[in-house]
Amino acid sequence: MTRVLRQVRLGLIAVLVIVWTGLPIYHMVMLSLTPQTAAFAGRLWPDTPSLENYRLALTRGHPFLAYFWEQLLNSVLVAFATCALVLFVASTTSFALGRLRLRWAPMISNMALFTYLIPSAFLAIPLYRVMGQYKILNHPWSLILSLVAFATPYAIWVMRQYAESVPYELDESARVDGATVPQIFWHIYIPLIAPSLVAIGTYALLLAWNEYLYAFLFLSSESRLTVPVMLGHFTTSDDAPWTLMMASAVIYSLPPIALYYSVRRFMVTGLTAGSVKS
Amino acid sequence: MSNRIAAARIQTAPGRVQSDAAWGVILVIPYVVVFVFVVVYPILYGMVLGSNPDSYRKIFSDPIYLRCAWNTLVFLIVAVNLKLLLALFLSGFFYNTDTWIRWVGIVFLLPWAAPTLPAIFSIRWMFNSEWGMINNLLFRLLGIDGPLWLVKPNLAFLLVIMTHIWKFLPFWTIILLAGRMAIPKDHYEAANVDGATRLQVFRFITFPALKNLYITSTLLSTIWSVGDFNSVYLLTGGGPWDATHVLSTLGIRYAFNIGDIPTGVATVITSLPLVIPIVVVLIRRLGRGE
Repeated sequence: MTRVLRQVRLGLIAVLVIVWTGLPIYHMVMLSLTPQTAAFAGRLWPDTPSLENYRLALTRGHPFLAYFWEQLLNSVLVAFATCALVLFVASTTSFALGRLRLRWAPMISNMALFTYLIPSAFLAIPLYRVMGQYKILNHPWSLILSLVAFATPYAIWVMRQYAESVPYELDESARVDGATVPQIFWHIYIPLIAPSLVAIGTYALLLAWNEYLYAFLFLSSESRLTVPVMLGHFTTSDDAPWTLMMASAVIYSLPPIALYYSVRRFMVTGLTAGSVKS
Repeated sequence: MSNRIAAARIQTAPGRVQSDAAWGVILVIPYVVVFVFVVVYPILYGMVLGSNPDSYRKIFSDPIYLRCAWNTLVFLIVAVNLKLLLALFLSGFFYNTDTWIRWVGIVFLLPWAAPTLPAIFSIRWMFNSEWGMINNLLFRLLGIDGPLWLVKPNLAFLLVIMTHIWKFLPFWTIILLAGRMAIPKDHYEAANVDGATRLQVFRFITFPALKNLYITSTLLSTIWSVGDFNSVYLLTGGGPWDATHVLSTLGIRYAFNIGDIPTGVATVITSLPLVIPIVVVLIRRLGRGE
């Protein structure tokens, strides 16, 4: 009896969780399958569902979507550039701070973590001006550099937590065999922290792919926008075709969701490593 | 042979330390460069921009600012605590190892995996009081005209809070779940043998073990939520009648919609009396390894 009661209780929670979580996502997909003429019907499911919106989005059949492919490419470029730079910068820094026994290592670590204590929307206004001074406004570098600055401290922290499980004796014996510091980094450190590189790489890709505020502030010409900024433009006019926007939004949402779920195992263990001292 | 190696190690030890330090500097330089150019300099520049007292006179006499400061406070207190309490509760749900609960967990992670903007726009359309799905359902099922969700400031702000929770609940649930996983199982077994009730188990085993993590999470989440621009900007745009702004969106509004950058910076600086104490407490806690 108590077992049945337990299942009923858990089942009830599960239903609430699924409705709460799924409703906005379901609504997005539903709207993307709704013909534009029925956008205002407010139905639970369109009377005549069609893939017309997807066809229009992929063939850029609306002024809002004139640069859809370029913008997708921009999003891809920004995401991969951010990912590559975060992996490079964070792995060298975490190696130096964690494995070389430097006196000033704790200072750099604290300095890096300090980045997270500034609410990100706050840095946006001065950063906009500063990017203007660096003459890279409306250029992908402005976005990439900002994203690298925000993703790296976390990346360093996760990699250092992970590297604690790699025995320091490995470095020592390599040194005895005459290995140089770059050799230890490349042949011992990198292969051994590889799982955390997968988690961090994914984290950086998703962060860059999803970023809205900085992209919205820094990028201005249409062919240079990333996809979320273009989608945001749909709200600026009242007669914008929201069903079409939702179809583009679904196309834009699929890669990160697919990526997230394919490396989910690495993500959960990788990114929560060290948040709990057991 | 081993003597020679030992001798070599002793001989090269000082040189090694030096080369380690040199390599350390070289390897850290890329990050320090990014940090200086993208974090330190903009902060200092922001302080210069926000140092004009006139900007503060201007915002403190603006009724929109006062409403927005109040909103920010309500947002932080209600959204953060409700989110963490729900996360604490749901981490208990996902602690169960039944296979079907794992599948629910996979669905539950969607808001975290999906990009923010499309999801918020979807919520925005769904709650449109004239043609949205929610009011349409209310009308057809109950025959009532649904509330004017995004037209009434208080309701709109409630939806902002719900949207924020929707997006960030999975993340904090995972963190607290990881905390629960770290509690040794035999504590629970011992409690079962003693015939403890569920409430007692939570009160005497789970909560004491999670307490520090829970408090640190609340503080971190508070700081990050001060910077949550998307939940407000994409759902209501600060409207209706600028009644749902929080400091981050109002700062952007002053700086870019009105073109007054110093006032925009001043707006976000006024949150420092709230943010700095939390940061100080957090640094102490994190420094102690909690």
